[in-house]
Amino acid sequence: MSEKAEELLERYAQVAGSEIIHQMQALAGRLRGAHIVHVNSTAYGGGVAEILHSMVPLMQALGLEVSWEVIEGPPEFFEVTKSFHHALQGHRVSLTEEHFQIYEENNRREAERLEKKLREADFVIIHDPQPAYLIKYVSQRKGYWIWRCHIDLSRPFYPVWRFLEKVVVSYQASIFSIPEFSQPLPHPQFVIPPSIDPFSEKNRELSPEEIFEVYRELGLDASQPMVVQISRFDPFKDPLGVIRAAELAQKFVSFQMVLAGGGAADDPEGDRVYQEVVQAARGKPNIYVFKLPPTAHRTVNALQRAADLVIQKSLREGFGLTVTEAMWKGKPVIGGATGGIRVQVVNHHTGFLVNTPEGAALRIRYLLFYESKRREMGHKAREFVRQNFLITRHVRDYLALMLSVCMGSPDRLELEAGEACAWPFGGLGAPLL
Amino acid sequence: MAEKNFQHPGPFVVKDCVLVSVSTGEKAYTLAELAEKLKHIEPACIYHHFWARHLRPSFDHPEFHNDFAAWVHQDLRDRILAERLNLITPHEYSSIEDLREALILHLQERIFEDEHLGWRKAENPFYFVKSQLIIFDTGIRLTWPQEIAEILEILSPGSVFYHFIDARRRHPQGLDDFREWLRKFPPEFRPLYDLISRIDPFFLSLYEIKDFLIRHIQIFCARLHAVRKQYERESGRAS
Repeated sequence: MSEKAEELLERYAQVAGSEIIHQMQALAGRLRGAHIVHVNSTAYGGGVAEILHSMVPLMQALGLEVSWEVIEGPPEFFEVTKSFHHALQGHRVSLTEEHFQIYEENNRREAERLEKKLREADFVIIHDPQPAYLIKYVSQRKGYWIWRCHIDLSRPFYPVWRFLEKVVVSYQASIFSIPEFSQPLPHPQFVIPPSIDPFSEKNRELSPEEIFEVYRELGLDASQPMVVQISRFDPFKDPLGVIRAAELAQKFVSFQMVLAGGGAADDPEGDRVYQEVVQAARGKPNIYVFKLPPTAHRTVNALQRAADLVIQKSLREGFGLTVTEAMWKGKPVIGGATGGIRVQVVNHHTGFLVNTPEGAALRIRYLLFYESKRREMGHKAREFVRQNFLITRHVRDYLALMLSVCMGSPDRLELEAGEACAWPFGGLGAPLL
Repeated sequence: MAEKNFQHPGPFVVKDCVLVSVSTGEKAYTLAELAEKLKHIEPACIYHHFWARHLRPSFDHPEFHNDFAAWVHQDLRDRILAERLNLITPHEYSSIEDLREALILHLQERIFEDEHLGWRKAENPFYFVKSQLIIFDTGIRLTWPQEIAEILEILSPGSVFYHFIDARRRHPQGLDDFREWLRKFPPEFRPLYDLISRIDPFFLSLYEIKDFLIRHIQIFCARLHAVRKQYERESGRAS
């Protein structure tokens, strides 16, 4: 193992514990020699890109051959995939045959560009719907193809799901963040929650000066309590509901409500929603709306650390990594009772689950009033993340899944010790598909 | 001391495991549907909903000790059945099939008591998930019981789960791996065996089980050491 890899694993061991590093090493040892390729649709912005920025180097440090490919496409392709995103999360959208053709044609072109890498890989992990159709256009596939769905697929708009399902059935396995998102599919559907990286720019420890700097940078008042919602400007994140909740709570307690978020290359709708939110906040002196560049990780980090509490009042949510980030920083979270937020926010322990702006307003008042409760919940929240939602656990689960898939997904898989069972398990690779 | 004719049972092989959750795609909205699906669902599913909470995100002391009781309380809102299901202690049953039978019996009894309840629609469905256990050898071997406490300090929750919880399903007498190994040692280790028997894994998190084992093995070892010293002193005086 190189010195750099050893150093990286040692750093993670200090935060997540050496036990999980040993588990990762034991599993990775069986996969050494396998080539793993991740594919998604954006290099910056959004939870998937953030995860991959951490996951790929960590897998490499474990001695695995891992690469990450990003599909490209014209703006109209991303307009279509944004509609897909909404549809899969349950919104009725209006799509014509031409839209489906734009999507499929772009996947065909990208498959052509990436064909050699994808065909030769032992494991191809396709993230989300944008590149899902690549599988259709890569023939003679050598490895296992796994579809990783990061979004809430519990009640998809059927015409779009039907279109996607046609190719998802060709994968050897799929991964969902929680069981509620799984669908009737003819292959194993693994349940793996996502994670955060404690050393990324968005989550690393900051000095008090760095935290204080954010007040100056954004023109906020350091002497006033602050409630923050960090998210893309997306109707599913209910930014207008957050403004309503803040207005209701501000009748009783004075605080600054900050809505801040970045865009992403694959999110063309962000600007329109941002304008709506700015309009709704106009004339309300203690409500601040900031559009941040997708790379403003340190600003987000500082805002979350400076906040007294964090809100994530989503109406639909794949998982809600901003919730995990806030909890890691020891903040209680008021979260919409939906999707993965329900797994993280344990009512009265790590925060509160709410369904309406009124519910959120009441919890804001409560938490701003009881400082001791904020501290207690914040402490529990950080420990909860340490044990369950760090990148180390996420990588370990992926490695376990890969071993499970190529062993036929048995209920119990006992790995023998020693090199004899290293990849490709004595010549038993995946069949050509 | 009875060590003269003692034949060492061989080393304790320390293993670790990772639990992977797999959604079956099956769900139930009503009690009647839950009872019906339980008749056919894979054993790995029943295992998951009773035991996997130890290895997945949850709080140390949840109000409900299995997923069925939690769902009946939170989503079906039947407190009576939730309390009854909460008392089901899986390691009391010799097999998953016996556990399945007991579970179905509770549901059917409740449906019989209140016929409307069988068809009441829950707020959220019950999702059937199964567990896949990936087990691997850590390469660590223990020779004497005293070493258990030392090694526990560095063991993962997965190891504790495998040797202390999963073991109960593997051994015909429902023992954990530590006791299975200890029972082959001389009688002076019997008190340690009895101490471990007192741990009820149903109410403890893996971290608490680990702490309990470390603390009690350390106390036992200190006592054993004192008894041995005294025995040596007395043997010396006698000779």
